[in-house]
Amino acid sequence: MPLNLEPNFREPGKHYGRDFSPGDDFYELLIDTHRDLTDEQSAAVNVKLILLLANHVGDIAVLREAMSIARSGV
Amino acid sequence: MHSTYNYLEFAYRRPDDLDAARVRRHPLVVVGAGPVGIAAAIECRLKGLPVVLLDDDNTVSVGSRGVCYAKRTLEVLDRIGCGDRIVGKGVSWNVGRTFFRDKEVYRFDLVPEPDHKRPGMMNLQQYYLEEFELARARELGVEMRWKNKVVAVAPAADRVALQVQTPDGIYPLEADWLIAADGARSAIRNMMGLETEGKVFMDRFLIADVVMKADFPAERWFWFDPPFHPNQSVLLHRQADNVWRIDFQLGWDADPDAEKRPERVIPRIRAMLGDDREFELEWVSVYTFQCRRMGKFRHGRVLFVGDAAHQVSPFGARGANSGYQDADNLGWKLGLVMDGRAPERLLDSYSDERTFAADENILNSTRSTDFITPKTPISKLFRNAVLELAERHAFARKLVNSGRLSVPTTYVDSALNTADIDAFAGNMIPGAPLDDGPLAGGQWLIDALGNRFQLLVFVDDPAELERRCLDGFRELARLPIAVETLLIARRPADIAHARTLVDLKGVIARRYDARPGSVYLARPDQHVAARWRQLDFERVRRAVARATCNS
Repeated sequence: MPLNLEPNFREPGKHYGRDFSPGDDFYELLIDTHRDLTDEQSAAVNVKLILLLANHVGDIAVLREAMSIARSGV
Repeated sequence: MHSTYNYLEFAYRRPDDLDAARVRRHPLVVVGAGPVGIAAAIECRLKGLPVVLLDDDNTVSVGSRGVCYAKRTLEVLDRIGCGDRIVGKGVSWNVGRTFFRDKEVYRFDLVPEPDHKRPGMMNLQQYYLEEFELARARELGVEMRWKNKVVAVAPAADRVALQVQTPDGIYPLEADWLIAADGARSAIRNMMGLETEGKVFMDRFLIADVVMKADFPAERWFWFDPPFHPNQSVLLHRQADNVWRIDFQLGWDADPDAEKRPERVIPRIRAMLGDDREFELEWVSVYTFQCRRMGKFRHGRVLFVGDAAHQVSPFGARGANSGYQDADNLGWKLGLVMDGRAPERLLDSYSDERTFAADENILNSTRSTDFITPKTPISKLFRNAVLELAERHAFARKLVNSGRLSVPTTYVDSALNTADIDAFAGNMIPGAPLDDGPLAGGQWLIDALGNRFQLLVFVDDPAELERRCLDGFRELARLPIAVETLLIARRPADIAHARTLVDLKGVIARRYDARPGSVYLARPDQHVAARWRQLDFERVRRAVARATCNS
């Protein structure tokens, strides 16, 4: 399966009246995860997050595509 | 410096109460003639209540202030009889465009499907709304008292006693019920020692109303970090009379007085326009904002509405819009309680439903604010990464949050709802605002809804309805809290004790996931109270009782 670039956030059992709500839930969680951290601590959290999520995805072809998009234009 | 609007001044009249031997008692007093207070006064007049409206000033809002009015607000304004004049003057829009630095990254359409009477959003200066609402209030006989300032409030179990200051002195006044619509700095709230809780955002924004003949379309344009105003956000809106609202984020360290001076404002606008286009500055203000609400909106016989009860950031236009929905929710309940057809606790449901809505509005506007004005370097990195990815990738566009524009709240957990016993798809769940749809002859469903309880019965051919149904409709219309029957049919018919509405295109049946025989019970504020796949009059009566706290 190729890298999914369509909106894909959801939480099982939760009904969303608006299509932006699950993405907004995710974004708030992300920013909250970094609350009160120094820049260095935030960088460490991000690195661990990448490793955890990469393992969860598992498919190296998908990860290669994501890494390529992330690097382009930087 | 105003060139496009002549501010109305309303005559102060010496109130009779000043000379009365005894304290006068009024059934209902509304304090604050802002857009929400006037709407609440109209709403209550329409329910047959005598209304006294007090305001400490004698003119409409100075400056454009609240500018964006959502589809739901326009529907409420239609229901209370001011919609056409307001929409006729306003600038309707559905499209929003979002830019990051010098590129467009995201575009949205608020009404992705046709067949709604009103547009997704309409922009109009607040003074016009107030002017048009006041005309309607006068027509209905609301007693308006300008330059009447409440200086003391003493709530009791069965009344609220006020002291009111006028140019001719102070007089006492009593109200059976009081609606406090006196704004974010509510004097009533302060005098009653009530708090609002929430957070202040450490940021300042400059708003400028500018008159120009610009060739921008009627759309909402939002810039993150534009070249002409680096590291901050800018928002552009078109209003009536060729007035444009420009909103510049300034940061917390900005000096509000210095920033308001034309010599500071004009170069900012000039940089944005990028050429020598002529414009005239009409009104400038610098503001900060808070996201907070009172714990409860009902305190005995005092009911708080609008900014007095809750405040949000301006991103999403959820301030005035949610205030109109307060009035929408409160009017019918107060009407039933004041004429003895429902117990006082129905008014607690006003507080329950509208605090729930305020939390939704605060959540959404806080999220927008956190996205628009990131407070830490890491938040800003994430925000900018989303904006960079949004140019090419759909998932990131969905995360771009320049304001989640005001939509009405579905009262999902309300005690007034009757829980579903049948399966339905879609969004018309108990507590939801009723969706509009087209009727035959260029009419709209939304115009047939509201101001009373109504039973929407979906049928193919009304002529085939059983006798028991027709008798049932007649009985519903005769209940102490009358229920009007609307037949949503595929073909016209003339049926006694019911109004037939022709759903020519079948759009309404689709939006309500209705089949022949499906039934919706609608509240007077156009929200779903209950629904069933089959008509059972006993269930309808029980649902009306539940929705009015009579069970």
